[in-house]
Amino acid sequence: MTPENTTGPEAEPLLTARDLAVYFPAFSKLVARLHHMERLLRAVDGVDLEVRRGEALALVGESGSGKSTLALALAGLQPVDRGQIQLEGRVLPSHRSRDDRRRIQMVFQDPYSSLNPRMTVGSMLGELLRVHHVVPRDEVRSVSADLMRLVGLDEGALGAYPRQFSGGQRQRVAIARALALRPEILVADEPVSALDVSVQATILNLLRDLRRELGLTLLLISHNLAVVRHLCDRVAVMYLGRIVEVAPVEQLFRDPRHPYTRGLLAAIPRLSNNTADDPAGEAGPPALVGDPPSPLNIPAGCRFRTRCPIAQARCEREDPALVSGPGETGHLAACHYAFTPVPVTTSAPTVPEQA
Amino acid sequence: MSTVSLPAGTEPGPGTPVVPSAAERRATRRWYRQPALMAGIIITGVIVIAALAAPLLTSYNPTTQNLTASLLGPSAHHLLGTDQLGRDTFTRLLYGLRVDLRIAFIAVLFPFVLGTVLGSLAGYFGGWADVVVMRLVDIVVAFPFYVLVIALVFVLGPGERSIYIAITTVGWVSYARIVRGEILVAKRQEYVRAAQSGGLSSLRIMGRHLLPNVISQAFIYAMSDIVQDILAIVTLGYFGLGVPPPTADLGSMINDGQNFLSTHWQLTTIPGLVVVLVGLGLSLIGDGLADILRPGQS
Amino acid sequence: MRAKAAVSEAGQNPNVLEVDDLRVRIASRRGVVRAVDGVSFEVPRGEALGLVGESGSGKSMTLKAVLGVLPPEAQVASGQVRLDGTDLLTLDQHTLNRVRGPKISMIFQEPMSALNPVMRVGQQISEGPRIHLGYSRARAEERTLELMRRVGIPDPERRYRAYPHEFSGGMRQRVMIAIALSCEPEIILCDEPTTALDVTIQDQILRLLVRLCQESGVSLVFVTHDLPVVAQVCQQVAVMYGGQIVERGDVRDVLLDPRHPYTLGLVRSAPDVEYVQDSLRPIPGAPPSLIDPPDGCRFHPRCGFAEDDCRTGTVPLRLLPGDRSTRCLHYERCQQALAADRAAQ
Repeated sequence: MTPENTTGPEAEPLLTARDLAVYFPAFSKLVARLHHMERLLRAVDGVDLEVRRGEALALVGESGSGKSTLALALAGLQPVDRGQIQLEGRVLPSHRSRDDRRRIQMVFQDPYSSLNPRMTVGSMLGELLRVHHVVPRDEVRSVSADLMRLVGLDEGALGAYPRQFSGGQRQRVAIARALALRPEILVADEPVSALDVSVQATILNLLRDLRRELGLTLLLISHNLAVVRHLCDRVAVMYLGRIVEVAPVEQLFRDPRHPYTRGLLAAIPRLSNNTADDPAGEAGPPALVGDPPSPLNIPAGCRFRTRCPIAQARCEREDPALVSGPGETGHLAACHYAFTPVPVTTSAPTVPEQA
Repeated sequence: MSTVSLPAGTEPGPGTPVVPSAAERRATRRWYRQPALMAGIIITGVIVIAALAAPLLTSYNPTTQNLTASLLGPSAHHLLGTDQLGRDTFTRLLYGLRVDLRIAFIAVLFPFVLGTVLGSLAGYFGGWADVVVMRLVDIVVAFPFYVLVIALVFVLGPGERSIYIAITTVGWVSYARIVRGEILVAKRQEYVRAAQSGGLSSLRIMGRHLLPNVISQAFIYAMSDIVQDILAIVTLGYFGLGVPPPTADLGSMINDGQNFLSTHWQLTTIPGLVVVLVGLGLSLIGDGLADILRPGQS
Repeated sequence: MRAKAAVSEAGQNPNVLEVDDLRVRIASRRGVVRAVDGVSFEVPRGEALGLVGESGSGKSMTLKAVLGVLPPEAQVASGQVRLDGTDLLTLDQHTLNRVRGPKISMIFQEPMSALNPVMRVGQQISEGPRIHLGYSRARAEERTLELMRRVGIPDPERRYRAYPHEFSGGMRQRVMIAIALSCEPEIILCDEPTTALDVTIQDQILRLLVRLCQESGVSLVFVTHDLPVVAQVCQQVAVMYGGQIVERGDVRDVLLDPRHPYTLGLVRSAPDVEYVQDSLRPIPGAPPSLIDPPDGCRFHPRCGFAEDDCRTGTVPLRLLPGDRSTRCLHYERCQQALAADRAAQ
């Protein structure tokens, strides 16, 4: 089911984040004091993550979870406020060398804004190949043509401008541009969510084929769990700037341990799911109630407790660490009750209908 | 690198046109289909060619005085008559245009370049670069345009060089503001992030990726800025702060003719009309270009 | 006129909305775009009809034509849109405004742009009852608070005075739903109402819509590109392609056992959370030009089952057993292909 180059938990980490945090100043000090709000928007708030060589790791979460900011930080496009990023065990400085940048490349969500409208595809690819001295100058043209064929485009399109392509073709161009530098890690931030369903499939197939052909390590940022299940080996679930669960993809879908992951999975609309199957009906209670709290106002203790169906008094006081279950090294969750049952004696505080 | 096999024909070929948006359709509208732009090009073209071809269109010298033939009315010899020093008005008009247009076109280049560079730096880097540039802009815009230009030329002394310095000092702020604003918008586009991710230098990203996308707005502004510069040059000439006499210049012609307005109205009115015509032609070109270039931004 | 007679027999009509041979044309420099090309459907009372298709299929344009809010360059060329037997397309603006709100309302994809940013949310909800139902200020406020409670907006007394920017995306969509419900319409048109929302919020909004339909008997037309969302909300579905309906029927029948190769393609190309396919099967080719659509079946250039008879003439929507219809001449091939898929699994 999963791709051949699935790596076991013992595989070497290629890219590692240690206690990574990215904060954005949201207000001036005065405004923050007036509103009793925190001044900093904690987009990424202490993330530990390992990306292993050759694997496809998915980063899932809702808007405001910080997954895109984390991706930008890992790609070196967003300065970090705390923690460190290691590439093959070597700590990357805040200003990366050109070669370190080359090794991690990104594909963005919107193929309409991610390509420079005033540059032909050929000049985009040629510029990168020349600046990084990837190949000798006289081979730039032929290597550009190879890149186009690699992503399933005609090499004759090298002279075309982005506006001459459809959305799916633009995303292919964006992938070709990312691959031009022969990166080891491809970070793809929602690469198909701006595309029509039938075009999504072509890009997902392309990403999967490229991984196999080139042995790429893929970090896929997505809100679509179906896409994740199709493409990835492992999943990291993010909520309000933290990773709350990490597991191999099949294990996560079969046996989610964090109540947020369970809610996320239950919330996905399914083709085969209709009123007739389900006595409670589609009018029943939703998988998760309430809105996620603002990243400006992260709850103390467990940050998920305001929406959690099994929240206990302890969750208000203690921030759960991301730990693995007994005997399970590959499955981590940040919940006090992920691997131990919820105590039945204490009456669970009723979760408010809405946050 | 090997080729990945893909199902044949998964998407339309690169040549396949996508349904064009309204903006795209406007972009493909030909320039010659725009009457305003066409009229502007014709007016400006005729004037510029006449100025360039001045030695061919007239046999007189613009500065040679002939006091025996002063203040003549229009005739076959002197199409627009002569001035109080007996110089052919038509000849002086053509040579005056030559001088004024040349100075105006050169004068617009310096603020364009300076403003674009400073605006790009301010917009792209932000932080203290932005603070410094924008405070400078605030200082300059606190003065009215003409007051500052005239004061500067007065201090520096009349002459071409002073005009360039004065107009650059005052004019760059508009370009800086336009380019900075455009860069602020454009740098949020993901293609800039992609270029950063490609390890390209800031200078290259600004020059190769951002400027081509933002420069058209500054260029459109330059067209109307030339009009303003011509008016400034003519005004300076009128106040005797322009090109020193006896060189022909529309401003000094208007000033000289002023004394004879009741008897020889053409001495003042014709140069004035020519200034209006030049302004009209360049403004029409600016508007037409704006229509063509703006949709291309998308 | 005819409308009056139709209204009197509205009690017997099982359908709230009947769209008959609707055609919308858009004038463009390259030619006339036939954005909606002979679309007919009806929505029974209390039921939800899903209108699915990709961008450019004409689904949103159909919805806009029904509500009479087409962009200026588009116009209805022919057809009827009967609400309770009254053809909305023949009504003048004044009469139409008295229908929009009390009888038919709409929920948009982007609630932030559909709400007035400088008007308090409570006032926006109570505007309809005050204008259309003639409620007094106090009574309208009471009704607004009740609506806000019904759509699950917490603390309605305080939220009544808030502005749209103080709401989250999900809460704004709840406000939109409250506005749509405020005059007790018979039918609500939904244009991708959950596309901009996160999956857990989408789940809340979809369940809310289903519950409201069951409680109040309002009908829905639900436009989306997301097949599983249709499965969750709707009883009936119509699949649109190239400005036409290519398949329609019961939602489970159509999505689990498609009888049109385009529907089959959509189902096969979308990754499914339930099981992992080794490779997704995209639909080859690109959507047809709506200026110069292909002869015969509009899908034939991209269809693996196409025969010579698909390439000429026009292919009508034909009725199949089980109260469903398809615009495919060789629909039995879909059944065979699906059976082969199942066997391979």
